[in-house]
Amino acid sequence: MGEPGTKEMLSLEELQATASGRTGRKHILSILVENKPGVLTRVAGLFARRGFNIDTLVVGPTDDPRLSRITMTLDGAVHSIDQVTKQLHKLINVLKIRDLEPEDTIARELAMFKVTTDAASRAEVMQLAEIFKGRIVDVSKRSLTVEVVGTSEKVAAFEKLVRPFGLVEMVQTGEIAISRGRVAT
Amino acid sequence: MRAVDAIMRCLEAEGVDVIFGYPGGANLPTYDAIYDSPIRHVFVRHEAGGGHAAEGYAKASGQVGVCFATSGPGATNILTPLTDAMMDSVPVVFFTGQVRTDLLGTDGFQEADTYGITMPVVKHSFMIQRPDEIPRVIHEAFHIARTGRPGPVLIDMPTDLTRVEIDYEPVTDVNLPGYQPTVEGNQKQIRLAAKALANANRPVIYAGGGVVNANAAAELTHLATTGRFPVTCTLMGLGAFPAPHEQWLGMLGMHGTRAANYAMDEADLILCAGARFDDRITGKLSEFAPRAKFIHIDVDPAEIGKNVPAHIPIVGDAKNVLARLASEYESIDADVERLAAWWQRIDGWRTQHPLRYEDSADDEIKPQFMVQALYEATAGKAIVATDVGQHQMWTAQYFHFDAPRKWINSGGLGTMGFGLPAAIGAQIARPQELVCVVSGDASIQMNVQELATMREHDLPVKVFVMNNGYLGMVRQWQELFWDRRYSSVDMGNWPDFVKLADAYGIAGHRLEDKTTLVDDMRRIIAADGPALVDVRVTREENTYPMIAPGAAARDMVG
Repeated sequence: MGEPGTKEMLSLEELQATASGRTGRKHILSILVENKPGVLTRVAGLFARRGFNIDTLVVGPTDDPRLSRITMTLDGAVHSIDQVTKQLHKLINVLKIRDLEPEDTIARELAMFKVTTDAASRAEVMQLAEIFKGRIVDVSKRSLTVEVVGTSEKVAAFEKLVRPFGLVEMVQTGEIAISRGRVAT
Repeated sequence: MRAVDAIMRCLEAEGVDVIFGYPGGANLPTYDAIYDSPIRHVFVRHEAGGGHAAEGYAKASGQVGVCFATSGPGATNILTPLTDAMMDSVPVVFFTGQVRTDLLGTDGFQEADTYGITMPVVKHSFMIQRPDEIPRVIHEAFHIARTGRPGPVLIDMPTDLTRVEIDYEPVTDVNLPGYQPTVEGNQKQIRLAAKALANANRPVIYAGGGVVNANAAAELTHLATTGRFPVTCTLMGLGAFPAPHEQWLGMLGMHGTRAANYAMDEADLILCAGARFDDRITGKLSEFAPRAKFIHIDVDPAEIGKNVPAHIPIVGDAKNVLARLASEYESIDADVERLAAWWQRIDGWRTQHPLRYEDSADDEIKPQFMVQALYEATAGKAIVATDVGQHQMWTAQYFHFDAPRKWINSGGLGTMGFGLPAAIGAQIARPQELVCVVSGDASIQMNVQELATMREHDLPVKVFVMNNGYLGMVRQWQELFWDRRYSSVDMGNWPDFVKLADAYGIAGHRLEDKTTLVDDMRRIIAADGPALVDVRVTREENTYPMIAPGAAARDMVG
């Protein structure tokens, strides 16, 4: 960048548009909001109105009772994340938004799987649970319920493995995420 | 102090001198406080009229408008002005009454979920939870409405929470951690923009309502004249650059001039200030300004890169950024002669394709002629409010606004029924100035009840109805795009506007003769008090030129 007053040439051809397009990957947005009535409605309404599609959404308290954290995942192939965050910033109750970098982020979700089991298959499912560091949280004559915590990939992998046994149902949270290192998310 | 008296004190502290509103059950306590308040209250005849009047006041004065409405239907009636204010970035604070807290959520009489219904169309909103928070909320609401990108803010007040005593202490500071608009443009970006302008051979400045909102017309004009840049404005930006100026290309967009639209099409650099590349500007987006790089100045970062990529984005207030950009540009000492060929090309378009229409051979009044006559009769010295449709476009084309805040219209939302109440607000904001309405025979009927408000306050607004007996713009589209199948566009001969004027106790006139039109208008304008003027114009006349919806600028017709 030249100093003011210089007649340094600048070719318009060289000007590049700022990247506001689609990244093509999954994004985790960590959004700090004021803990006030209607805030989630505002966020959800904004997404509906602008046609943004949320893949997962988690809302919970923070260490400060005046604040809540919304963690959501979005598909950067479908949406301009830049436009999503700019629109979110316009909401007065939104204090801070972090588009978390995957390599600097620890993300977890929790899922519970209710699997059909009999005497023969029970041990096998328990073994799988163990491999995934899952916990058996309920057992009945004909079923086992396994809790798995981990990345969404890990949860998906476990689902794939137990589905052949007969999956009665599964429940799953969205992802929560925290940044690595000393700096607050 | 009663909470409602504290409300009035807060409004005084905010510099409010007028409230537009309508009382009802749920805001009775507030109206009791109005009874003793020094603030003027203008009792409108419909809440929508109140909202638009507050918008007109805000647009004409640059101050925050205030509108009161009751719960339920009062609140739903302000949805249109709320949305209008949101689309056009108009600072208005709306106060709605709400049912008692013990009735909330029970479908009580005149209960509507105002807070919920309005959420998508407000810059921000508040639902009062405790009486003692009322003063702070009011000051936050005004701060949010007027700063950054201006917009409407709503405060919903359950009636029981306003019927108590509170300890009122003046609020002197507003602390909103989640709301910190960027006003100062980035210096590096401004310097880069100046350099880009200095290296452009076919630059165009494209200015919008944001320049008017930021009171940056002088800064815009200074930058444009310094660099001898061609200037075009959006519908919302008219007046931000003086239309009589030789560097003025006319309005751009769907009904803009060929010079403006062709210049955008061939430009190598477009400086967009306070505009948002709306579809009525760009036409077919993929073919919009295909050769141009963009400098985009906006106080709202979300507008930058939303529709068109920005090569040099500058987030900031237009006044701040344009002033600094001009001084950066001046320091570069760019060669103004490099623009000679560009100006020659533009002058060619201006000569070849001026705004034109075929005038009548007899004394029939063409609608374009009517606007020209009004421009002549007022010598351009009028604040003009319009409704929406053909008359609005013709006024934008043929009334050459030379200063900001003289052109009061509904752009983004395109609200028929806006003009008359907005003119009431504008006249109250600027009592010494001539305020005219140019409306259509369809639009005027959408808030015609406000003639009573005009009469009651003896506001000398002159309302000119461009009467072609049609819902004209819709008829034009049916003619052009729907095979002339005129479906529900014939307005008939009702009402008789002269009789209607009489019914409201104001002067009514009918003008049908082109040869005396200017003098007739002068006479009507010179008379005291309000007037409603039925101007009979050619029945089927189309607004041209036109970029058909979805077409490219270079394919303008007409």
